[in-house]
Amino acid sequence: MSKLLIELVRNEFSDAVTASHSERGDETVVIKAASWLSLGQFLRDDPACDMALLVDLTAVDFPDQNPRFEVVAHLASLTRGHRLRVKAKVGQRDASRAEIDSWSGLWGSANWAERECFDMFGIIFKGHPDLRRILLYPEFVGHPLRRDYPAQKIQPLVPFREVDNIDKLPPFGPTEGMSFGRQTHDQWQKLNQPDDDL
Amino acid sequence: MGQLNSSSVSTVEPAEHGYFTTRFESILSWAQKYSLFMYPFVTACCGMEFMAVSSPRYDFSRFGSEAPRFSPRQSDLLWVVGTISQRQAPILKRIFEQMAEPRWVLAFGTCASSGGFYDNYATIAGIDKIIPCDIYVPGCPPRPEAVLDGLMLLQDKIQSGDRRPAIVKPRSDPATDQSLGLVQLRRPSQA
Repeated sequence: MSKLLIELVRNEFSDAVTASHSERGDETVVIKAASWLSLGQFLRDDPACDMALLVDLTAVDFPDQNPRFEVVAHLASLTRGHRLRVKAKVGQRDASRAEIDSWSGLWGSANWAERECFDMFGIIFKGHPDLRRILLYPEFVGHPLRRDYPAQKIQPLVPFREVDNIDKLPPFGPTEGMSFGRQTHDQWQKLNQPDDDL
Repeated sequence: MGQLNSSSVSTVEPAEHGYFTTRFESILSWAQKYSLFMYPFVTACCGMEFMAVSSPRYDFSRFGSEAPRFSPRQSDLLWVVGTISQRQAPILKRIFEQMAEPRWVLAFGTCASSGGFYDNYATIAGIDKIIPCDIYVPGCPPRPEAVLDGLMLLQDKIQSGDRRPAIVKPRSDPATDQSLGLVQLRRPSQA
């Protein structure tokens, strides 16, 4: 049934579909980013597709590929019971021109999903009514789910306290962790004794 | 007692009624430790365990910390229950600064204590990065017994005037206590 769906999309967008596969009930169509909006319109409005539900919209970063990002959307039809995954590749290797049309005019759920995608990956959704960060704060610089965002980098809103050894305040040490983790409890017992000098 | 008119008021005789002497700081901290008005700053799944501690089965009102005050200006003890993200840090710091002295802070659970496994761009690695913390209760989430241990530990510290941070220790180490019947979690030490 869903293979039929791939055929429908292939017939309608014969020159825009770059790849498709059907693996154990998991149907995927890869399409050129220029046809993103018209594909969404078709999938929602065509009676044979009738994809009323946008389940998820996110992106994947492949830093060594060009185009670099892959926008992934999962669609489902409530009446026909079929599902489809749609992908489009956007962005240069330096993350410029990561732009794609917004689906927020087609599905209401695309609004926040695209905001999250913008927040995490920096993909610009053209035509989005309110494209700003949704999870992180406006002061945040960069996009943390890009692979080139440093794993250790934090951007605190509040300056940390000016205390000696702020990274290892007592009773935690450099190997802090679970209570039954890497420290022995004798050390803690010593720390909690009143005459012990911290 | 005699009748309540001026002619029958008399001084209390020590031999009849008894008395004891104490230091002012001692009785003040005794009063403080049994009337901890709390501000619950509950952000995450530890809140479930917090509800368990506050409900009748574990019932921390037994320890005089029953009344929640949802105004930091009326609170003594700030319960930080759950993960604190960088975005919430200004809120938490402001709540703390609005509390009047004396004030205490209890970090409930591993996330509030050290960030837990949220070692990433979004999470504060322990609330002690932004506010001083008195008691750390480890656990993910901690058992209610561990929380009660933390509360009693805080009361001890209030009584003794000790403001250094302290951590709740497990009553036994599940990694080594064979009576718990768990697997051997920790490798033998390299000694």
